[in-house]
Amino acid sequence: MDKVSISVSVNGRTRRADVPPRLLLSDFIRHTLALPGTHVGCEHGVCGACNVIVDGRAVRSCLMFAVQADGCELTTVEGLGSADGLHPIQQAFWEEHGLQCGFCTPGMLMAAHELLQGNPDPTDEEIREAISGNLCRCTGYTHIIEAIRSAAAKLREASVDTVRPAAAA
Amino acid sequence: MSSHLDSNVIPPSRQREAPGNGTKWIGKSIKRVEDPRFLAGKGKYIDDYTVPNMAQAATVRSPHAHARIKSIDTAKAKALPGVIGVFTGQDIATVVDPCPSFASPPVPQNACAIERVRHVGEVVAAVVAEDRYIAEDAADLVEVEYEMLPPNVDIEASAAATGDAILHPEARDSNVALDESFSFGPVEDDFARADHVVRRRLRWGRASAQAIETAGCLSEFDPVSGGFTIHCNTNFYNFIPFVIAGSLRVSPTQLKMMPIMTGGSFGSKVFIHKIIILTSALARLTNQPVKYIEDREEHFTNSDSHGSDRLYDAELALTRDGEMLSFRFDVMDDYGAYLQFGVGTHGNAMAQVTGPYKIGSFAMRVMAVLTNKCQQGPYRGFGSEVTNWVIERMVDAAAKELGIDPVELRLKNMIQPDEFPYMIPTGNIYDSGNFQEVYRQAAELIDYDAWKAKAATMRSEGRCVGVGIATCQERSVYGPTEWWFLNNVETPGFTLTSTPEGISLRIDPTGKVFVTLNSVFVGNSPETVVTQVLAEQLTVDPADIVVGYADTHSGFNGVGPQGSRFTAMVAGACVSASIKVKDKLKTFASHLLEANPADLELRDAKVGVKGSDKEVAIADIAIQANFFRLNFPDTPEFDSGLETTAVYDHPISAEPAPDRSHLGIFYPMVGHICHIAVVEVDPATGKVEILDYAAVHDNGTIVNPKTLGGQVFGGTANGIGSTLTEEFVYDENGQFTNANFAEFALPSVHEMPANLKLGHVETPSPYTEYGIKGGGEGGRLGAPSALSSAIDDALQAYGIETKSLPVRPVKLRGMIREAEMRDAAE
Repeated sequence: MDKVSISVSVNGRTRRADVPPRLLLSDFIRHTLALPGTHVGCEHGVCGACNVIVDGRAVRSCLMFAVQADGCELTTVEGLGSADGLHPIQQAFWEEHGLQCGFCTPGMLMAAHELLQGNPDPTDEEIREAISGNLCRCTGYTHIIEAIRSAAAKLREASVDTVRPAAAA
Repeated sequence: MSSHLDSNVIPPSRQREAPGNGTKWIGKSIKRVEDPRFLAGKGKYIDDYTVPNMAQAATVRSPHAHARIKSIDTAKAKALPGVIGVFTGQDIATVVDPCPSFASPPVPQNACAIERVRHVGEVVAAVVAEDRYIAEDAADLVEVEYEMLPPNVDIEASAAATGDAILHPEARDSNVALDESFSFGPVEDDFARADHVVRRRLRWGRASAQAIETAGCLSEFDPVSGGFTIHCNTNFYNFIPFVIAGSLRVSPTQLKMMPIMTGGSFGSKVFIHKIIILTSALARLTNQPVKYIEDREEHFTNSDSHGSDRLYDAELALTRDGEMLSFRFDVMDDYGAYLQFGVGTHGNAMAQVTGPYKIGSFAMRVMAVLTNKCQQGPYRGFGSEVTNWVIERMVDAAAKELGIDPVELRLKNMIQPDEFPYMIPTGNIYDSGNFQEVYRQAAELIDYDAWKAKAATMRSEGRCVGVGIATCQERSVYGPTEWWFLNNVETPGFTLTSTPEGISLRIDPTGKVFVTLNSVFVGNSPETVVTQVLAEQLTVDPADIVVGYADTHSGFNGVGPQGSRFTAMVAGACVSASIKVKDKLKTFASHLLEANPADLELRDAKVGVKGSDKEVAIADIAIQANFFRLNFPDTPEFDSGLETTAVYDHPISAEPAPDRSHLGIFYPMVGHICHIAVVEVDPATGKVEILDYAAVHDNGTIVNPKTLGGQVFGGTANGIGSTLTEEFVYDENGQFTNANFAEFALPSVHEMPANLKLGHVETPSPYTEYGIKGGGEGGRLGAPSALSSAIDDALQAYGIETKSLPVRPVKLRGMIREAEMRDAAE
């Protein structure tokens, strides 16, 4: 299979690679770029663990090929914040116990990020709608809803979204 | 009066830390110390590991439920560029032996099938290739010829099957792998004197935990040592070398298991034996490190963790005024094609099979039936979720038949707060409790009486709204006798009686406390628990405690997070280690302060003289004890270092009677839960909506209210799924028709009640340190009963009784349609 050259902006850095056309975006992120924060739960587009932000929208990276991301701007969980400099959404998940095993968490964070970009003061119903495409087996979702509510308040207070990169359109 | 329980003596308590209100860190909702790395995407789960020269594996899986393998042609697959090797079950059997089995007598099982496949998804060949994509391409090129055998799908039919339908003809001439009967106390007499016997046939359907992360393994064979280094997300990593070494033809010490953080387990990743054996065989055959990660379909169809799948014929004997006398049942359990763990899930249920009620005797017949489905394994509750549901269904049925209010009937029969420790007919004890208070708080939290009235009004307006209640036990901290005491007494198998938990602890020269655990993280909070207990014990700041995990070569006794045991057990190990290291600190401090060690105490990260302001910081002792040997007398107690190890055994357990007239004490830290649900059923679709929900749990002394709350919420979500949405559907040919997340419906946020009300009662255990009980499974142990009860209440106009779970909308709609047709015919 002939490889295809692609160039993708990932968390503010340009990453170039020659990839097989059938390589899933999730595998490209995890294995080619060695960014393992994006998780694969079902590989059939249901669980949402593999959500990443592509050109401002949260998408399933297991349902895209890497070649389709050529020229796109991606944000993965690694681009949201770091363990010693958590993004307010991550901080809120920590404070409100919005994670247990942590496996669905990157996808949840991406879903929350997309929601709060467009809606800084969501109702609980809007929060529920926003994460309804993400499965969590640990939490029963209660603390995740509380975390996103708290994150919204933090972000409103800060009034400046500190998310790198400019990708978040 | 003599009793079958006379020989079952409760040992004295070994509790050293009494529960109290003066704790600084225990009972506080500190943020989890585990979280920052997981939030930042640095969790290091199994698929995040790579090693040099690593190859990837994919499997060829059986499309048939039951068939003979006539031939396997691997030529085309082997010819594909990038393929390193293609191996059949026979190839794999040249380097590994059959899987270990806790069943006795064992049901033989291979990690890769030989000669016969026994369920859809069973591995018949494996490919190792440069990458997973090529491995999967090659797997598609393997040609397997099958000769069909009759599939066994129905539990009763399989139990009666003969001839070609027998799954393991080389081992037994029946598909019943175990059939044992037990009687505890005067069951016959109690039934003879009963005024009323309630009888029900109850069915609990098949599903599994389906954590969002699947199982996987990375195995490296070292020809120099002759052993393996194994990365695997098994929860049992410190124990499993002793279980699987024989299969891998090495000694346990030649297996180095690495501790791997796990993306959810709920029991499903306790063992993962097939994957470890298969991957290790491939690593040995290719002489190359091999990684194999299940995809979701493999996890559905070939895991070792399908949940209970049971048919009960149950009887509850009562007096006419509602005193419960005796309980008995025959249960058949569809274990699938293999019996890896024996009937441990039924052993588990013996811990609390009579519920919170004073029922004087109990009997059962348990039959383990083999069918052409994937095998069973643990799932949150380990079988007790089913018996909780059975006893609560029987109590609701009794209330209806005797015309007694279901709450009144429960309260009438409940064990009273002054009756603990309470020994149930099977021999297990309930350590402590206040069931009445748990009920009272739940009823208050949801305003039970108001909802009962409101639901009645809504029903009178034509809506199907109902209120249901469950008062259930939540056993915690298991002893391993449950795995084998239901086996035939002549062939009990490996009669293990230890489930210890160990830690090592050292204080480094800067005064930081380094702790190493021997159990992994599965989404619970091992590092946070240990931090809170040690901060309490050593009076240090939680930020000065660093927690890590040992591999099996550097570690020692640890059993892991199962059976709601870890928090109570590791707290015990922390107390043991603290006693030892505090002695050392006091010894060094006594010299530095010129004081008697007996006059010293720990306070605010210092060691000081009681009643005096003379004190020295732990950090100052630490630098002296680690770096300045000559500052101390030349006697062994001042040897350098502040380190210790500690192993904590199960705090209170006792062996089963040799004749199994009782089962001993094996699961004695028993919490209590009361769930109250309000539901509305749409009779046109069978959809159940939860309008309101309250869950009150008593898990003894709470270490961290926030994380315990998380366990209750998550367990309740599992219970909602088990009741309303989650069912593995095998058709009449044994095809697994919904093995994906689109058709097997885990609850999404929309299935959860919007306002789940949580409450806690704290009745400390008299046996564990600080009085802690486990609380990892409780939600799933209560929700199915409360929801079933609420559905019945909502559909009382139709005379519908929930006797089979789950009640997915299609099933409930069918029951409603049947009732409508029956009513129309009358």
